[in-house]
Amino acid sequence: MKTKLWITGLAMATAMSATAPVMAEGEVYIPMPVYRVGPYATGGTGYFGGIIDYYTLMNMTEGGVGGMKIIWNECETNYNDQKGVECYHRQKEFQGKQALFFDPLSVGISTSLVAQGRKDKIAIIAVNHGRTEGQRGDVFPYYFMPGINTYDEHSIITAYIGELEGGMENLAGKKIVLLFHGSTYGREAVEFTHMLCEKHNCSSEAIEVPHPGNEQTSQWLKIRRSKPDYVVLRGWGVMNPVAMQTGVRMGFPISNLIGNIWSNDDGDVKPAGSSANGYQAITTHPTGRVAKVIDEIVAKLYDQGQGDLEDKSRIGSNYWNLGVMAGVIHLEAVRVAQARFGPDVNSAQVRWGFENLNLDTARLTELGANGLVPEIKTNCMDHVGGHQAKFMRWVYAETKWEVASDWIDGDVELSQAIIDAKAENAIENEGITPRDCNDPAQRDDFDV
Amino acid sequence: MGFDWVFFTELIVGGLMSGVMYSLVAVGFVLIYKSSGIFNFAQGTMLLFAALTFVKLTEGSVNFWVALAVSTGTMVVFGILVERFMMRPLANQSLLSLFMATVGLAILIEGLAQYMWDSAIHGLQLADFLDLALLDPVNMTIFVVDYIEWLDILISKFDIFATIVAGSMILILAVFFQKTRTGMSLRAVSDDHLAAMAVGIPLSRVWALVWAVTGIIALIAGLLWAERVSVSFTLVEAVLKALPVILIGGLTSIPGAIVGGLIIGVGEKLGEIYLGDLIGVQGIETWFSYFIALIFLLFRPSGLFGLKTIERV
Repeated sequence: MKTKLWITGLAMATAMSATAPVMAEGEVYIPMPVYRVGPYATGGTGYFGGIIDYYTLMNMTEGGVGGMKIIWNECETNYNDQKGVECYHRQKEFQGKQALFFDPLSVGISTSLVAQGRKDKIAIIAVNHGRTEGQRGDVFPYYFMPGINTYDEHSIITAYIGELEGGMENLAGKKIVLLFHGSTYGREAVEFTHMLCEKHNCSSEAIEVPHPGNEQTSQWLKIRRSKPDYVVLRGWGVMNPVAMQTGVRMGFPISNLIGNIWSNDDGDVKPAGSSANGYQAITTHPTGRVAKVIDEIVAKLYDQGQGDLEDKSRIGSNYWNLGVMAGVIHLEAVRVAQARFGPDVNSAQVRWGFENLNLDTARLTELGANGLVPEIKTNCMDHVGGHQAKFMRWVYAETKWEVASDWIDGDVELSQAIIDAKAENAIENEGITPRDCNDPAQRDDFDV
Repeated sequence: MGFDWVFFTELIVGGLMSGVMYSLVAVGFVLIYKSSGIFNFAQGTMLLFAALTFVKLTEGSVNFWVALAVSTGTMVVFGILVERFMMRPLANQSLLSLFMATVGLAILIEGLAQYMWDSAIHGLQLADFLDLALLDPVNMTIFVVDYIEWLDILISKFDIFATIVAGSMILILAVFFQKTRTGMSLRAVSDDHLAAMAVGIPLSRVWALVWAVTGIIALIAGLLWAERVSVSFTLVEAVLKALPVILIGGLTSIPGAIVGGLIIGVGEKLGEIYLGDLIGVQGIETWFSYFIALIFLLFRPSGLFGLKTIERV
């Protein structure tokens, strides 16, 4: 009887192992922790749609990345931290292949995974956002925020306000209110906003909008009482159009409401209607069909009835362009790793790729991404690598953004002090042993 | 510096206007509860579904009035379907079963709305539509997003309009429940299904009617909310604002929903500004409204206008 059971079990195990799906040789796997439903779906569908379209284009035109076909699978996070972490655990391996990295487009999810990513040797990617001290690659080797960090963003916004006022010296005596989303992401900028105003002799006030931000009467009445010269909007999702509508209803001039990197999508301004006319926001990636790669995606996918966006009018929109930009950065990191380690790279090697990005104008032109992706050069001590942005202004009558400024640099000097202090704090409280980025052996070792 | 009375008055006015919006959602709860004794968990998703249907039609270049008529028809059909496929099979089941059915209904509508339409944020410039539809022939703009400044106090014109609409709707409902035969049938059904059926009140027809009326109220509330906060899935969370309102006003009273809404609207604004400043914490209005409701419940467990239940032992 026992022998019979053993044989049956063996037969079943053999049958199961014969049918269990295993990824083919010549494929690389990248998880896709999307959010296509819920209050933040506009951001999620645009961003992940852009990434998927770029990966699809690369599979179609170049056979993937470095000759390896790109495979991905989706997991719905709903922009919920707990679900996002569940998705990470579910997706970190797929059909026998380890994920090359994990990009959830959420401060909450990416921050929750900093330690886990390091443990699993999977880089956590947070394009243009994230836990700011994560810039220090010596302390956070598996965490990357390519583009700009929160402090770059707010110092660039302050510099732009200075430009609008005719010079930084004219900021003296001005009042700036930071209207922020009541979340980890929103609060990240509070302390630095006060530091910036201290430096430039202006006064500042931070006002929190409780999640999700669909009722802002008290906050805007408070702003009306404070009579600020400018309001910096650090919003997300529905909070953005509501801020514009409520602000205008309360008589605040919309041109003095300046949006941050997550308050700059067409999906944020269109719902606000005419209230949004003249609203200005920061961006690292201009909107519209601004690069060859976008034209290629349209010609080879959307014109052939493919493409991830259901609504074709969103091609060239802010979040979608950001997604294409993220796709370009992702695959460039894989290519950098492949150049050193060969085509079949693992996640630790791709981490090294993210740490040695050199997307200069020449390389961006080769990739067809010049005009869309800013120059980004990362290294062991700097996991951000961009630190510059432009501004754009919404033209309601033409339903489009117009560029309102040239590239403006972040105040890296001011932000470095606070980043270093936070990194030292993490070393002490989280028991992290930092690498020595000045030691070539430690710097070049991919398997940290 | 002395007390800022202008700001205080603006805060009260802003709170009252927000309160009216909360009342609009709360009335939907009250209507279903009064007629069937069910706490309708799907109220928020009905708001979203109604507003999304309207806005998607207008985005598809459908005329304002046609879109309004089609959305109203959709919500009436929705009410009839709910009665036929949910209420009727569950008649005489426990209230908990009926409540759980509305939870299921909420999840179903949420999924259906995303499947039928989409999950993007849509703007609804109702004020522009109204100006265009009602006033264009005489070349006037009254409702377009604008404000009045009177004695330095700022009041949004659209908020005044929303208050008038909400007030009229509530007045009509109050008369309907108190003075009409159908309204009285609804109240009788709410008191005792079996007794109402025994005296010849057609339960199915009454339930279908009340769900259809609730659907229309969801449409009106959804459109007014959408003007302020856009049409997105956060409209569902309007329900969270209405819960403390019905806790204060009582689940069975339409005037209670109004008074509760105004108390919560003003209370949360005062709490956010003055208490928030005092304790040095911001963003408290979300939970502060529930704190106010709990205080009321300690003294009036059935709410200010709710019926006291007396049971013989």
